[in-house]
Amino acid sequence: MPADIATQLALERLLARYVASLDGDRLEEWPDYFTEDCRYQIISAENYEQKLPIGLFFADSRAMLRDRVSALRQANLYEAQRYRHLVSSTLILGESDGIVAAQSNYLVVRIMHDGASMLFSSGRYLDRVSFRGPQPLFLEKLVICDSRRIDTLLAIPL
Amino acid sequence: MRNALDLAWPREGLIRVPYPVYSRADVYEEERARIFMGPVWNFLCLEAELPDPGDWRASFVGDVPVVVARDLEGGLAAFENRCAHRGALVCLKRSGHSRELSCVYHNWTYDLHGTLTGVTFERGVARKGGMPPEFKRAEHNLRRLKVESFAGIVFGSFAEETPPVERYLGPEIAARIRRVMRKPVKVLGYSSQILPNNWKVYVENNKDSYHASLLHAFFTTFRMNRLSQQGGIIVDESGGHHVSYSMRATDRPSADYDAAQLRAKREDYRLADPSMLEGVDEFGDGITLQILTVFPAFVVQQIQNSLAVRQILPRGVGETELLWTYLGYEDDDEAMLRRRQKQANLVGPGGYISMEDGAVGGFIQRALPGAEEDSSIVQMGGGEVGSQDTRATETAVRGFWQVYRRLMGI
Repeated sequence: MPADIATQLALERLLARYVASLDGDRLEEWPDYFTEDCRYQIISAENYEQKLPIGLFFADSRAMLRDRVSALRQANLYEAQRYRHLVSSTLILGESDGIVAAQSNYLVVRIMHDGASMLFSSGRYLDRVSFRGPQPLFLEKLVICDSRRIDTLLAIPL
Repeated sequence: MRNALDLAWPREGLIRVPYPVYSRADVYEEERARIFMGPVWNFLCLEAELPDPGDWRASFVGDVPVVVARDLEGGLAAFENRCAHRGALVCLKRSGHSRELSCVYHNWTYDLHGTLTGVTFERGVARKGGMPPEFKRAEHNLRRLKVESFAGIVFGSFAEETPPVERYLGPEIAARIRRVMRKPVKVLGYSSQILPNNWKVYVENNKDSYHASLLHAFFTTFRMNRLSQQGGIIVDESGGHHVSYSMRATDRPSADYDAAQLRAKREDYRLADPSMLEGVDEFGDGITLQILTVFPAFVVQQIQNSLAVRQILPRGVGETELLWTYLGYEDDDEAMLRRRQKQANLVGPGGYISMEDGAVGGFIQRALPGAEEDSSIVQMGGGEVGSQDTRATETAVRGFWQVYRRLMGI
């Protein structure tokens, strides 16, 4: 198999596993898709384009992602809800030294416990993925939301 | 007590709030005229968002669209964002920079004070059509707001009689705003949260220091805010504005606290990466939390090193848009910027603390049907309105209703 196709498949499989963990309420697995010194941020396209540093959530370690999960499980109060992610159009932007830059579109439907379901967020993932270890891992994941608006609250990561 | 709205306020007074104020469309309409367009100061934007002559921003007073601009001489002006001709929005974008503004519909033009400067084909085309001679441009300027900048915050008022901002706020609230806005700020980000509730529910939430450590388990768990910490509430003379503050280092063991089996109290919970909570005392006064409200619908927030202003915009009787503007200072170094970036995880639509305020308002709004004859209880800390040296009180909530009732005549 040509190397670029193998990379494309590996990226798509990483994204598929990533969203399966989130949508399947296996949030504890979520940090495992990242390197220990990862960077993860959810930010609106408006802020991102204006180079404003603050968005909706920021982490510069895998431990901060674990904290997000334990807070959601043990501290925060919010109504039971699930996401359904659709990820598509994964495009490799560049590759060097075992690090692949890629972007993908995402769409998230939020389903509340009472059945109310809405298009919660759309946007793109801007990822830098490390292929240096046995498994590809996110070194950096920027979740760039098309809209600045969030309905009610954002609890579960995107 | 009956009034034009035919809304009965319970005879107990400020310690009760009748539920229909959150659900009735006629109340909502009346609030626009009597409160938002009445003798109050509304947050419009920050001076930092209008650095240069010709800069303008579209904003709102309640749900009324307005434009705030820095004119060509460097002064501030604000006016309604509604073309005098057919009533279309003049500024469609959120912000911009120009010498004049023009309506896309028929190209009527206005200067940065909202003065009508041009009516396209006013004299007609080839001597046909056009405006009749009795049409006077000068009679069709956009309605202006009174504008005043205080500590870098631009306020606007539709009412001529509104006192100067500093007098409106009173000395204690003014000083606490200056504390946060003590040097030039810069915007670090924006976000918007759509709250499924009436705007007043969220205003009350900000003034309600009683809920903070009960609903928000994150605060309590890390001892960032417990009612046993030293702190208090300052309510201005009118009742409409407040400051709630606390000092983290002063948490005293409290038997009352430990005895109350609180959902929010989990001593075993620790962060794997505590860097988010490594704040510095940049104000030098030990105050780690200061939530300040200005009547009717504006919040200034300091939670450790997370600084923000929140503009509360009604979007119909049961929906509110909360606009967050995250701030830092112009002279922040990289370490401080990173600190603010991490501590912003506490606030905003996805914040460890603020996400719950987004949800709880909906719990009230959804339970309103059937409560038309009932009222809620606002009795913690007694029935008075005024400053108290405890946060186990609802004094600031009563203060809001005191001003609200006066302006609404109910």
